Amino acid sequence: MTSLDPRQELAQRLGLEHLPPVHFESAADVRTRLAAHDYLSDDAIASVAFLADRLAKPVLVEGPAGTGKTALAKAVADAAGARLVRLQCYEGLDESKALYEWNYRKQLLRIQAGRTEGEAHESWGELEEDIFSGEFLLTRPLLEAISATDPVVLLIDEVDRVELETEALLLEILSEYQVSIPELGTVRAQQIPMVFLTSNNTRELSEALKRRCLYLYIGYPDVERERDIILARVPGIAAALAQQIAQVVRSLRSLDLKKAPSVSETLDWARTLVILGREEIGAEEAVATLHILLKYQSDIERASKELLGRTVNLA
Amino acid sequence: MLNVLADFVGELRAAGLPVSMSEHVDAVRAMRVIDLGERRALRDALAATLVKDGDHLPVFYTAFDVFFADRAAPPAPEQTNDGEPPDGAAGAPGTGQSRGEGAGSSAPLSAEQLADLLYRALRDGDQSALNRGARAAVSRYAGMEPGRPVGGTYYLYRTLRSLELDRLEARLTGEQAAQADELAKRLAHDEARARIENLKRAVERAIREQLVQDRGSNALAKSVRKPLPEDLDIMHANREELAQLERALRSLSRKLATRLARRRRRRRRGPVDLRHTVRRSLSTGGVPLDLRFKPPRPAKPEIVVIADVSGSVASFARFTLHLVHAISSQFSKVRSFVFVDGLDEVTDYFEGVDDPAVAVARINAEADVVAFDGHSDYGRALLSFQERFAKDVTRRTTVLILGDARNNYHQAHAEVLADLRSRARSVFWLNPEPASYWNSGDSIVDQYASYCDRVVECRTLRQLEAFVGDLP
Repeated sequence: MTSLDPRQELAQRLGLEHLPPVHFESAADVRTRLAAHDYLSDDAIASVAFLADRLAKPVLVEGPAGTGKTALAKAVADAAGARLVRLQCYEGLDESKALYEWNYRKQLLRIQAGRTEGEAHESWGELEEDIFSGEFLLTRPLLEAISATDPVVLLIDEVDRVELETEALLLEILSEYQVSIPELGTVRAQQIPMVFLTSNNTRELSEALKRRCLYLYIGYPDVERERDIILARVPGIAAALAQQIAQVVRSLRSLDLKKAPSVSETLDWARTLVILGREEIGAEEAVATLHILLKYQSDIERASKELLGRTVNLA
Repeated sequence: MLNVLADFVGELRAAGLPVSMSEHVDAVRAMRVIDLGERRALRDALAATLVKDGDHLPVFYTAFDVFFADRAAPPAPEQTNDGEPPDGAAGAPGTGQSRGEGAGSSAPLSAEQLADLLYRALRDGDQSALNRGARAAVSRYAGMEPGRPVGGTYYLYRTLRSLELDRLEARLTGEQAAQADELAKRLAHDEARARIENLKRAVERAIREQLVQDRGSNALAKSVRKPLPEDLDIMHANREELAQLERALRSLSRKLATRLARRRRRRRRGPVDLRHTVRRSLSTGGVPLDLRFKPPRPAKPEIVVIADVSGSVASFARFTLHLVHAISSQFSKVRSFVFVDGLDEVTDYFEGVDDPAVAVARINAEADVVAFDGHSDYGRALLSFQERFAKDVTRRTTVLILGDARNNYHQAHAEVLADLRSRARSVFWLNPEPASYWNSGDSIVDQYASYCDRVVECRTLRQLEAFVGDLP
C-alpha cells in the first residue's frame, strides 16, 4: 500500500491544488466541540466522526429512531463551521430529485428566443453546447454538495427508504466524490465534504454501499449520558429530576414495548415536567404524563402496570 | 500489529461476519491515525471499519476482547501496560487490597471482605474497584486450572454462584426500600439490577483475561466463538440463545415484509391501462409509444401452516409461526394449525394481537393438541386435518408443514398429503433437522417427500428467511 495519507490521495485524485484542512484534531476534540453545540457524544461517536474526517470516508449511521442520528450530522456541521446540505430520501426518489435535472423549460425558451431574433441560424452544435451548460442545470442536493466551494457536510437522511436501484446512484459520490453528467462530463468535488448517511434499518442496505462507509451504531444512551443530554438540552432542569427521568426511561426501555421511548421523546417529557414545575416525579405525575413518552395505548397500559403497579384509566 | 489485525479479521470471518478486503484496508488506515495505546479508540475504529451491521457488534466485541486482551491495557486507570497486576498503591481504601488477583497468588481476601468490597464498589459506582473485585472473585471462586479445556461459561457460572448475586442485589435495593412510592421502588430495583449486570460483565472480562493468559488468543477465540443469531441452530438453542433468536426475528420479519411488499409493488404486469396510455400518447402525436399498465392486482397467496409442536421441534414451530404471522400482511390469508397427535386450529390466537410472540405463548398453554399419549403422530394429525379442513384448501393455498417427520412408528397416511397436494397450489415441508439425519430411525421424510413440491432443511433463521422470502 502507498504511504499516502487517504486525504492526500483523494485530493490528488480530485485534482485539488492544496489539501483542505482537517476539521478535527482528535476524537477528544470532536467531543468537546460537539458538546459546545449541545450534542453530547460518546467515545464511539467521537471516534467515528474523527475517523470520517481523517480518512475522508462517509459514515453510515444506524440505530433506533430518535437517538440523534440526524442531529449528529447537524452538530458536526455546526462544529466544523460547514454548511449542511441535506437530502431527505423517500421511496421513489430518483436521479432528477437527488442529483441534477436539466431545466428544460428554460432550454425551450432559449431555443425559441434564438429563432425569433431572426439572426442567421445558429448551428445545431453551438446551440447544443449552449443549452447543455451549467446555466440550464438545476442542481439537487448531491450535486450541490459536490460542486460547493465552501466546506459542506452532506446528510443523506433515511437512506433505507430508497429503492436498491437508486442506492446505486450514491456509490459514485460516496467513493469518488464526483458526479458524472453525460452532457457535461464529470463534476469533481472542490473540497472534501463530510458525508453522513442515516438509516432506520427497515431494509438491508447493499454490500457495496456499506463497504464504502464507516459504520456507526447509535443505540439508546446509558443513564448517565441520557441525564447529561437532558441537562444540556432542557434549560432550567434540576439535576435530580434529570437523573430520575433518565432512570424511568431506562426502566421503560427494558420493558417489552411496541415502541420504546426515544431520546427526543425523553426530552419532550423533561420539558413538560419543567413547565409543570415539578421537582421530582412521583407516581401521579408519571401516570399523568406517560402519553408523552409512549405512543401506543397498549404500551401506556403496560408501562403503568409494570412500573407503577396500577392500571390507568385514560378516558 | 498488522499480523494481529489479519488474525483478528480471520477470526471475525470465521465467526460469520462478512469482512471484505477493502474493509480490512480501511482498518489498517484507521489504525494509522488513532492512538494505538488507547484500547477504546482502537475498538471503536475497528468496529467502524470492519462491522457494518448493528446485530454483529456483540460478536465483534467478544472477539475483540479476546484478541486484544493482553495487548492493551484494560480501561481501569491503575493498570499498567505490562500486564503485571497492580499493587494496592492506587486503590481500595481499607481492605488491604492484594496482588493476589492476577495469577492467584498470596493473601486473598476473605469472603466477607470480598463481598463488602464488591458491595461498596457497586454502591458508589466505582468501576476500577469493581474490576479489582471481579478479578479477586474469579481467582477465589472460579477454580481455574491452566490447560483445562473448559469454556469460560463454566467458570462464570461457578464464580457468580459463589458471589450470591441475589443477596447483593437485595442489599443494594434495600437501601431505598424505605420509600413507599411504587415508582421509586421500581427505579431502585432496576438500578440495582443494572449494577449487578455491570458486575457480571466485569467478572466475565476477568475470566477472559485469565483464559487468554492461559491459552493464547487464537485458541480461546475458537472456543468462545458464538455464531450470529441468524446462524444459530433453532432446535438446539438454549434459553439465552432463544431470547437472541426472538430479538433477531423481530428485525428480520420487518425487513422481510418490506422486501416482499416492494417486490409485489414493483412487479408491473397488470393489464394495459388504456386511458393512461392514450393520454401519454398525446405527447408523441397520438402514437402510443409508451405503454402504461394498471397496477397489478395483488395476487397474494393464502398460507396454511400445519406445525408439529411436540417437545423436540416446538421452538422451531414457534419461530416459524411467529415469522409467518408477523408478515401476514403480505399474504391474503394465514391459517395456522398445530398438532402433536391431535390437531387444533390456532388462527384466532393471532387475531387482534399486536405481537405474534404473545399469541405463540398462548398456543403452548392452551391449544388442544394431545389426543392420546403426547407423542407426535403425523398420520393421525393429517387425517384429522383432511376430515375437518381439507375443503378450505384451494388452488390459491400454499400449505406449509413444519416438523421433523419423526412419526414414532405410527402409520404415515401419506395418501392424505397426496390429496392435499391435488387441491392446493403447492405443498412445502420445512424440516428443522439437518438433511443428513432424515430417514434415520423413526424419521419418514421420504414417504411424504414425494407428495411435496419441496422438502426444505430449515435449521437456522437464515434458512427460514430465505425460504419465506422466496415463497411464490
